Amino acid sequence: MTTIDTANKSDIADMPAAGAQGPVDNYLTWTKGAISWIFTLDHKRIGVMYLAGVLISFLIGGLFALIVRTELIAPGATIIEPSTYNLFFTLHGAVMVFLVIIPSIPASLGNFVLPIMLGAKDVAFPRLNLFSFHLWIIGAIFVVLSLLLGGFDTGWTFYTPYSTTTETGGVVPVLFGVFILGFSSIFTGLNFVVTVHKMRPPGMTWFRMPLFLWAIYSTALIQILATPVLAITLMLVGIERAFQIGIFDPAMGGDPVLFQHFFWFYSHPAVYIMILPAMGIISDLIAVHSHRHIFGYRFIAYSSVAIAIFSFLVWGHHMFTSGQSALLNTIFSAITFSVAVPSAIKIFNWLATLYKGSIALNTPMLYALGFIFLFTIGGLTGLYLGTLNTDVHLHDTYFVVAHFHYVMMGSALIGFIGGLHHWWPKMFGRMYNEKLGIIAFTLVFIGFNVTFFTQFMLGSKGMPRRYYDYQPEFEIYHFISTIGSYVMAAGFFLTAYYLLASLFSGKKAPANPWGGRSLEWQCTSPPPHDNFKTTPTVGDCYDFSVVRWSDEEDGYVIDRSKDPEIAPSSAHSGH
Amino acid sequence: MSAHAKNDHDHGGLEQPLVGHLVPISVLVWTALALLFLTAATVAVRYVDAGQFNMVIALGIAVIKATLVALFFMHLRWDKPFNQLVFFGCIAFVVLLIALTVLDTGQYAPTVFDGNPDDVQAALDANAPEAPITLKTGVSSPD
Amino acid sequence: MTAIDANSNPPSDSPDHDHGHGGHESENPFQAHHFDTPDQQFESAKLGMWLFLGTEILFFGALFALYTILRANDPEVFSYASQYLDTILGGVNTAVLILSSLTMAMAVHFAQRSKKTLMLICLWLTLLGAIGFLVIKYFEYEHKFHVNLKWGPGFYMPVDEQEATVVGDDGTVLSVVQEDELAVAKETAKLAAEAEESLPAFVDPLIGAVPPVDATTVAPAAIGPGGISAVKPVEKIAADRAAEGHVEHSDKPHLEDQDLPVNTHRFFAIYYAMTGLHGIHVVVGIVMILWLIVKGMKGHFDRRHYAPVDLGGLYWHIVDLVWIFLFPLFYLIH
Ligand SMILES: [Cu+2]
Repeated sequence: MTTIDTANKSDIADMPAAGAQGPVDNYLTWTKGAISWIFTLDHKRIGVMYLAGVLISFLIGGLFALIVRTELIAPGATIIEPSTYNLFFTLHGAVMVFLVIIPSIPASLGNFVLPIMLGAKDVAFPRLNLFSFHLWIIGAIFVVLSLLLGGFDTGWTFYTPYSTTTETGGVVPVLFGVFILGFSSIFTGLNFVVTVHKMRPPGMTWFRMPLFLWAIYSTALIQILATPVLAITLMLVGIERAFQIGIFDPAMGGDPVLFQHFFWFYSHPAVYIMILPAMGIISDLIAVHSHRHIFGYRFIAYSSVAIAIFSFLVWGHHMFTSGQSALLNTIFSAITFSVAVPSAIKIFNWLATLYKGSIALNTPMLYALGFIFLFTIGGLTGLYLGTLNTDVHLHDTYFVVAHFHYVMMGSALIGFIGGLHHWWPKMFGRMYNEKLGIIAFTLVFIGFNVTFFTQFMLGSKGMPRRYYDYQPEFEIYHFISTIGSYVMAAGFFLTAYYLLASLFSGKKAPANPWGGRSLEWQCTSPPPHDNFKTTPTVGDCYDFSVVRWSDEEDGYVIDRSKDPEIAPSSAHSGH
Repeated sequence: MSAHAKNDHDHGGLEQPLVGHLVPISVLVWTALALLFLTAATVAVRYVDAGQFNMVIALGIAVIKATLVALFFMHLRWDKPFNQLVFFGCIAFVVLLIALTVLDTGQYAPTVFDGNPDDVQAALDANAPEAPITLKTGVSSPD
Repeated sequence: MTAIDANSNPPSDSPDHDHGHGGHESENPFQAHHFDTPDQQFESAKLGMWLFLGTEILFFGALFALYTILRANDPEVFSYASQYLDTILGGVNTAVLILSSLTMAMAVHFAQRSKKTLMLICLWLTLLGAIGFLVIKYFEYEHKFHVNLKWGPGFYMPVDEQEATVVGDDGTVLSVVQEDELAVAKETAKLAAEAEESLPAFVDPLIGAVPPVDATTVAPAAIGPGGISAVKPVEKIAADRAAEGHVEHSDKPHLEDQDLPVNTHRFFAIYYAMTGLHGIHVVVGIVMILWLIVKGMKGHFDRRHYAPVDLGGLYWHIVDLVWIFLFPLFYLIH
């Protein structure tokens, strides 16, 4: 009764007003004290804690990246030793992949938004949700522990036999840490699948879910199916390192190519664990900020599931030059091209949604447009790498580095940052400084392209990845790339500044600042502890014709009288 | 769902679960007997030389046993279709992993060095010099 | 990890948990507040468990893939090495697990009908089966360790010198092998050390850290459960081993076997990896069953609220199911 009416009290005079029973409760102030956060079962608080953890890890991983880029600004030794350099690029990769990108969208934004989008009070298993957060913390502690024990220089891929023989002392702790992080990821995915299956409100059929939920759902399927294989593989690497059992270590008759098979059986789908949720965010951002019904809803929804399934059939494209047989090379190369189809379907549908929309060029929308641009480049360059003969030239060069940064950072992380801006007012009830947001986006976008587009050129000229030193003819590219990374870092630090500042001095956020139509915009900002007192009834979450601006609310409201499906008479029949 | 949901499930009386499916004891016992019989059978077959078919029979019996456990002990026969899909879908993904990796290692196996690695061979030569397990000749031809 | 999950996964397992979102709307005290109906709660828990079992299938699935690859590429290793496994013990263990699966399924049945005593009897029987399985497994492992049927380089260690030499707690040598054998052992150790030095990339703690043939030091594991009383002359050990008759094909140590195929140690790597991981799951299952018994004795389960028993049962059945495949794959190779 209290919450969903706040957005539209002006339309329903016969309903009691929201503020009637005093100040509206919200999840941030529901209970106080650190313990009430650490052991909370509230999906919103868990999401916020994940967000904090992910952003701190992002800062750390980013600093490692800056160290690596600074070392590479000139040939020869610049600031660090070669062995230290190996530690830093490995740590950058491992932290960014396992602690930042994989949990970023599902665990932080997904946790916060998913139950609210479903009009549910919580995820299906709140305690399992808390448990997976605690696992994340434990996993992160092990990664830190491995740092203290000497770090690891295996690259984030832990390829054998190097990972079973390297002298660096942090290999086993980090393997164990990633093992634990894997289970954190599995339990989050499991929770989301059950929540989506069992907790949808009356009226929300599968094809009425916001597309973000379809993306999170597909992601969760991959998390459940792929992550156990990574867990067991890393466990075997640890055992191989300790006991020389002869599974992966060729010195004992083991097969290192087999390790790559098992590793990529997880890690290629993991690329979609990273990118699919970002695609879901973009689908919602594009529709909301251009105030136009999403084009080709079913195509976008089905393409998410299709990508999830295809992702299991292409892992060998990481192994074209590593001894994989010609037969499998051909099979994997051929299937790899098919992944381009569902990805392109999404791009075309987003562009069609924008067409004739009334586009608001605010920060989240800029990130969404940036995503489309960068993902197109990242996706198309993937085709060069999926083609057998060009890959032989490009494999293990900066071309690969540039490609996966366009996909993992330019797409997945940009999508995350866009979503963060989109839901920031909802999460913390404050508006950030829009002008600074646009400036920061510009810095990030330009800095990113300067950094990584240069690396395409470096790679196609033959500069290998992970090298400490290089020929003088590469210097100009490395120099430009490093400067670009500084610009990008400036953009991110500016973002951190204005987001944090908004918590203290930001304008109070209305329930619906952007004109969204899905359920999370129908409860207050920040949401109350219970999300919804009654299970709300839902209409078409992409029908923006009933959304209009209200000066009184200083935000958008939903004009229920215009929508027969959620007319007041049926609005509270949910329970 | 309405507040009457509980009553909807209560028609079975106090001997029936509120939710879910009750499998009779007799079905469970028969399942176990079938499993024990199949176990005995598969052990017996191990002592018969059926060539290639030994493995086929052993795995066939294992599949039958696993199916019995899943269908009756785990109630999958009466469970929601999606739960059945989860179970069999996961097995399908395991098969996918096995099929492609076996296909690949089978393809490149002939190009791999044959024999014990040098260190193991050294340990063998030291510990069991009379054992005729020696390093074979380098790369065998991919035929 | 799995233990905590199997126990705490169902949201329904604690009727009094303090979610604090307000009062219960249903008359069913076992219903968590964020579910609308008992049906929804039960179906959610069940789907969650099935998804978890799916991850278990893929978890073991990677090892099954590994097994298939090893066997497809080295079939002779498998048909040779499986002779060291005791088919009868494996068969008995299979039967034990099947029976404990039956009692688990019956426990679920009785929980569904609010038959507390019968349910508890069935749970105790299940627990007995689980422990029995581990005891048999322990004897199997113990014997293999005794004769160095191990993973990795330990597989290539000679057995006799280890058993014949025992060092007391204070470090004094209680018994040594005969003069000539000692010389051979020292020579062997020297060769092994040289082999290790010549290949610096191969860092080997087993050969390096515990020179197994050095007659003056012996790993404590070799002393055996009998401690000092286990001291025996070499001949007696050999005779005992022959009398035990576990190894069907030969009474000699495997290293002296004329037919030992190359890479046999990999069979034992995958054997210990798969049965070991399965054993860990059995241990987790024991903890889970104990938890169910404790809760059951407090009267927490009845026909309205038996989901924890049901989900625990599913977990226990998947442990059985994995073993159903491990048994023919390792013990029944002709
Ligand atoms: Cu890939």
